[in-house]
Amino acid sequence: MSNIGSREILRISVNGRKHELLVKPYATLLEILREDLRLTGTKHGCEAGECGACMVLVDGTPQLSCLVLPGQVEGSDITTIEGVSNGSELHPVQRAFMEHGASQCGYCTSGMIISSKALLDANPSPSREEIKEALSGNLCRCTGYGTIIEAVEDAGRAMA
Amino acid sequence: MTTIEGESATDLRVVGKSLPKVDAVGKLIGLTAYADDIELPNTLFCKLLRSHHPHARIISIDTSPALAMEGVVAVITQDDLPVKYGIMPTSEDEHGLEGEKVRFVGDPVAAVAAVDEETALAACRAIKVEYQPLEAIESIEHALLPPSDEPIQDYAGPGNIHRAGALEFGEVDEGFAKSNYIREDVFFYEGNTHLPMEQHSATATYVGDQLTLWSSTQNPHYVHRAMAKVFEMPMSHVRVIAAPHGGGFGGKADPFSHEVAVCKLAMITGRPVKCTLTREEVFYTHRGRHPVLMWVRTGVSEDGKIQAMHFRTALDGGAYGSYGPASMLYTGALQPTTYNIPAYRFEGVRVFTNKAPCGPKRGHGTPQPRFALELHLDKIAEDIGLDPVELRRRNFVKPYTRTINHLRITSCGLEEATEQVIEASGFLRRKKSLGHGMGFAISSYMCGAGLPIYWNKLPHSECIVQVNRGGVSLYCGATDIGQGSDTVLATVAAEELGLWPSDIRIFSGDTGLAPVDLGSYSSRVTFMAGNAALQAAHEMREILVNAVAEKMECSPSEVTVGEGKIGEMTFEEAANLAQEKLGVLSTRGSYAPPKNIGGRFKASGVGPSPAYSYSAAVVDLDADPYSGEIQLNKVWIAHDIGRPINSLTVRGQVEGGVYMGLGEALMEAQLYRHGLHKVPSMLDYKSLTFMDMPEVETYLVETIDLEGPYGAKEVGQGPLLPVIPAVASAVHDALGVWVDEVPITPDKIMRALDARAKGREGRYGPKSFPAIPYPTIVKVPPFDASSSSF
Amino acid sequence: MLRLPRFSYLRPGSVTEAVEILAEYGSRARVVAGGTDLVPKMKRGQIEPEVVVGLSHLEELRRIEKANDGGFEIGACVTLAEVATNPALQSAYPGYAKAAALVSSPALRNSGTIGGNLCVDTRCNYYDESYEWRKALGFCMKKDGDICRVAPASATCRAIASSDTAPAAISMNATALLIGPDGQREVPVASLYQDNGKFYMTKSPEEILVSLHMPAPGSWKSSYVKVRSRGSIDFPLVGAAAAVQMDGPKIEACRVVITAVGPQPLDVSEAAAALIGREIDAAVLEEVAAEAAKPARPLDNADLSYVWRKRMTRRAIEQAIREAADVA
Repeated sequence: MSNIGSREILRISVNGRKHELLVKPYATLLEILREDLRLTGTKHGCEAGECGACMVLVDGTPQLSCLVLPGQVEGSDITTIEGVSNGSELHPVQRAFMEHGASQCGYCTSGMIISSKALLDANPSPSREEIKEALSGNLCRCTGYGTIIEAVEDAGRAMA
Repeated sequence: MTTIEGESATDLRVVGKSLPKVDAVGKLIGLTAYADDIELPNTLFCKLLRSHHPHARIISIDTSPALAMEGVVAVITQDDLPVKYGIMPTSEDEHGLEGEKVRFVGDPVAAVAAVDEETALAACRAIKVEYQPLEAIESIEHALLPPSDEPIQDYAGPGNIHRAGALEFGEVDEGFAKSNYIREDVFFYEGNTHLPMEQHSATATYVGDQLTLWSSTQNPHYVHRAMAKVFEMPMSHVRVIAAPHGGGFGGKADPFSHEVAVCKLAMITGRPVKCTLTREEVFYTHRGRHPVLMWVRTGVSEDGKIQAMHFRTALDGGAYGSYGPASMLYTGALQPTTYNIPAYRFEGVRVFTNKAPCGPKRGHGTPQPRFALELHLDKIAEDIGLDPVELRRRNFVKPYTRTINHLRITSCGLEEATEQVIEASGFLRRKKSLGHGMGFAISSYMCGAGLPIYWNKLPHSECIVQVNRGGVSLYCGATDIGQGSDTVLATVAAEELGLWPSDIRIFSGDTGLAPVDLGSYSSRVTFMAGNAALQAAHEMREILVNAVAEKMECSPSEVTVGEGKIGEMTFEEAANLAQEKLGVLSTRGSYAPPKNIGGRFKASGVGPSPAYSYSAAVVDLDADPYSGEIQLNKVWIAHDIGRPINSLTVRGQVEGGVYMGLGEALMEAQLYRHGLHKVPSMLDYKSLTFMDMPEVETYLVETIDLEGPYGAKEVGQGPLLPVIPAVASAVHDALGVWVDEVPITPDKIMRALDARAKGREGRYGPKSFPAIPYPTIVKVPPFDASSSSF
Repeated sequence: MLRLPRFSYLRPGSVTEAVEILAEYGSRARVVAGGTDLVPKMKRGQIEPEVVVGLSHLEELRRIEKANDGGFEIGACVTLAEVATNPALQSAYPGYAKAAALVSSPALRNSGTIGGNLCVDTRCNYYDESYEWRKALGFCMKKDGDICRVAPASATCRAIASSDTAPAAISMNATALLIGPDGQREVPVASLYQDNGKFYMTKSPEEILVSLHMPAPGSWKSSYVKVRSRGSIDFPLVGAAAAVQMDGPKIEACRVVITAVGPQPLDVSEAAAALIGREIDAAVLEEVAAEAAKPARPLDNADLSYVWRKRMTRRAIEQAIREAADVA
């Protein structure tokens, strides 16, 4: 094939805004969000699907943006951490993370909040086991996870 | 130092409360710009070419193929970086880019600046390096043998020895002679790494002779010094800004190759240059937990009182010095801060090997001996038929005493912390059953090192409080690495000034903006920067109170401060009043540790601290008698915090420490094979997930340290320490076998069970301790009590 | 940031078109569904296609349908999360649904597909490393080199079969539908694999696995047991799938398939047949599991010692049979 990797048009909606972008077909959604759209709230810790820091919602489902190719999300709705709050009003998950000290260095926080929001959207009163399971692909090296579990429980109550 | 006397918790308005961190919101909405989120206009991207050999001479480096590539702007090698640096003045053994030889797989040899990372990576691969391989050394035992070709570092002693020490306090031989029972044990603690979620990243600009570096560093002050040295520039032309930080744990405490490289490339190209490491490169950058082999011999009296202890350590340092001299001494320094050891001999050595350099990780040099010591005491207790808790209690240090190695102990909540976890967990009432076990251990840690890393007489921490336009700004070089140090400083200032922490603007971690603070290492920030902030804020409070008193024509003592008011005036009114009268409102605070906290002998610089925190932990687990698999059930931890400045962040630090300790105990390991890091990825370097983490019950013991700000002590490192031996002890409680090696993985437990089944000792661990050429023991005379109040 | 090498991404309009593309590009092309296996491997330079052929948008590959025989036809691009949470599949094939639920972490199951998991690359900690790491060590025969690093005397690559769902599917006698340039063929899932870590699949690179056919379960009850270091994210260190038919308390029929103990899933039902006609008790089970675990050949190319993994194979087999038979 000539012109391997030549750029292609990608139409996606990010946090409710429609974009038509010229992207490298071999740039992951993570790179497109961070570098093309400068939405740097989505973090990266491994770029190999092992840590959960780059979690975003693809049509409402949590996925690791470091593994997603643009061709796989043509026409999709993406929600990143920047799209979680309602204007300057924090989402209940964000508020609960703040109140419980569930964010320390904060680097895993975007991914944690995305996973938590997806869980609570589907199941507003999850058990502790369900919370652990839903967040089990998100690593955190600061908190020991306990405050995050409490925050998600609390956010669920606030959203109910 | 400002001392605040007679305050009970109820007098404090914001100190001790569970308040959100002052920098929380930006992180929750994805706005906080960490180092890799910073991208200046016209930025070039840097990649480092790293060695493929564990140990080799460099014959030649040809960068011309890289320079010829489209999009490549500059390529540098050691020729561009002739000046060596290193965090410790005695071990300045790094160039940033090595030109004569490489010492581990991942050692950087060249750096490229290009229009994007893809081009920079391709250019690195185009650089031609010719190597002459040398023998690779992977173990302590191997390092000590005469080299078949050449030592790893030319400044090392024979046997690749980087540093060695041998000290004796009290009469050790006499102590053993009068002991009723003596036991010896050997332990090994495998190395492990910090694994911060954020990979290191740095961006530099060089504009009009001014070098500016944004970096994910814990220690902008030391990085500032290193850059000034490397580039032979005045300190005044270098500015280092610690970007909001995605996790350090000691891993971002050295000056690093990528920082040096982006600075040099910015100076050459005149453009901003950025370098973000990949996860694999973070494993090579490392500076994590040293693998340590340990031998300990202790004599006790009939009633279990320690009579003498002899502790030997051997550290596998990796390829460079880093904090190594300190790391080595820390493996011997803190044993006497928990137990009254009347006679103590320590021999330690750190050797170079062809691995990524080791350095400070949470607990710096002390988790390894703590693991060994606590397990060793468990074994002694078992041997002499004494309850392990009781054995420890009989030997606990007492508050306001001096240890045999001259360390000043002040507040000490060891008894209370022990009582708390023993009671809450029901440790003494536990039922014996195969496969279920509980373990108990204690520890202590420093509230900041008593001495800076390089000799100087400056304060360890300085703080400026400025009141302007009715608001408060606090400037301090301290660096918030997620532990909440900005929140601590804001809380201290808010307490003094009658405001909320969120009312205080914090300007920290910037060597161009804020006065000196040595950095976020050795658990020093709350104690040291907290005291500096307290002094500055208290002085500001007096200025404002006096202004209001004068206006109100009353005595300053009649002016109350709180709820956003100074007397009857709002804070803003009072601030404007004082500013109208006095002009610029700026107060200063500074902190240096007292002089009498340690001894005055060679190597006495490691160990002294203005205060020590204390922790006690009980771990409850199930261990499968067939497979050795472990299910953690619960951890009880009590921590002597002195007084919490913010209970929310203190709990976060305690539980984070427990988490990291459990990971080290069970799975985390920086392993090597055939001269390479065995598994440099987050998939294969195992750390606990949500599914593996047990419930943690946290208790804070408040001993109100007389010198800590509001009585506060450290929490960032201490709570990790007792967890590892408590896990090992619980495994023994469950299965009756000892795993004297960390991490305690199921296959090691199975080996111990197999050994027992075959009639051998039910144990897995090192069999013996090698003959090590320690230096002649220096007998240190007793502490001169006349120089101290106790 | 760890980035992908250059390639072009093609979105065929149909499976037929995808097959045509594969026929045209041959070994220069790779299909991708969820990307959870392929993307990291491309980033590490383990797989270097010029063309990546996306399949996940093809609706024809995303259906779960009731089959004529009472079983289910599951499209290759159905996600692991869908299988793990589908009540009909959970009820008919608890072992298979559990295996899907135990793959990696939730987000990877949201992206990862059942076809992708059946075809997941074999793993080895001498191979699943970056280009630079492998260059430093010396390349291995699976990519760019000519010897097996974990077993230098071996004539074939010993990378480890790492699909959780494959043994579960095999234990239910599942078949896979392959479509290639020469048309379509349906083959037992068991025959998809061979004892070679490099060429671990028997299908040709031009063939696409388009669906999985799970036969009607009848009275087969099944389970899957996964041994791993952590409670999430990790690949199996050992996996065992068991399916049993019970006659009261006695085992009437029994199939056991183990994985992650060699380059292909191993059907050890023959050894497990010793259970037929017997009630499950600890001693019998231990004896049978020990026999069934014999073909396991773990090597020093995954987490924890191979001796431990070998012994855990027995434990996993025992547990899988107990769970399938619902015996505590």
